[in-house]
Amino acid sequence: MAEHYSSFERGGRRWLFQRLTAVFLIGVLAFHFMLLHFVNHAADITFAGTQARMGQWSYFATMWLFLVTATFHGVNGVYNALVNQGISGSQKTAVKYVLVVAGLLLVAQGTRVALAMNGLI
Amino acid sequence: MSQSYNRGTVEDFGRWREFSAGMWAWIFHKFTGWVLVGYLFTHIAVLSTSLGGAELYTNTLQGLEALLVVRFLEVGLLAVAVFHILNGIRLLMVDLGVGLEAQDKSFYASLVLTGAIVVASIPTFLGGPLA
Repeated sequence: MAEHYSSFERGGRRWLFQRLTAVFLIGVLAFHFMLLHFVNHAADITFAGTQARMGQWSYFATMWLFLVTATFHGVNGVYNALVNQGISGSQKTAVKYVLVVAGLLLVAQGTRVALAMNGLI
Repeated sequence: MSQSYNRGTVEDFGRWREFSAGMWAWIFHKFTGWVLVGYLFTHIAVLSTSLGGAELYTNTLQGLEALLVVRFLEVGLLAVAVFHILNGIRLLMVDLGVGLEAQDKSFYASLVLTGAIVVASIPTFLGGPLA
């Protein structure tokens, strides 16, 4: 086999979910950049424009799923990178819980932001 | 679950001249991943100004966009994101067993395509009025 490097244990659950979220993120991250830098210039963004976009439920749902999958992909990536670097025992457990809490807080705050943009709170 | 991988000399960065394309792809993917996850937390923090009202949100975003350094940082973010996407597609292909014999060439293609997309995007990112 050709030389291939990875921080992930191939075939494991963390590896699988990293791949599944990657497939979604490839499309939605490219879409996010296109929409907010090329279709709408970033310097022209206003709350009214954001609210108009987030007022569409399909867009709102896509952005919320973007938040959740990007958070998982990022936090899972960091965890696997650190495990791959050789952390173990209580260090590994502490890192796991810090990352889980950080991820949950980010999703909670991102959800509040999305609801404020949508006008619901 | 925990398993050590035989990554050869990749941790021994002093021997970087001997690194293969696959090692560089692993290092670049990891570096861009760290940048993107850091940016994700920063991005939500900035967008949290929406909780303080429409005026605060608009003024914060337009104030940041008025700074030249922010425009350059956005070009850097684009470069990081595009490489992570393109090399990510390459990794999915590798995991599916597609094009394994060309995985070094597809890494170089990711780099070249990232460069081309970033250069082509610079006028859009740097254009528009500044402070």
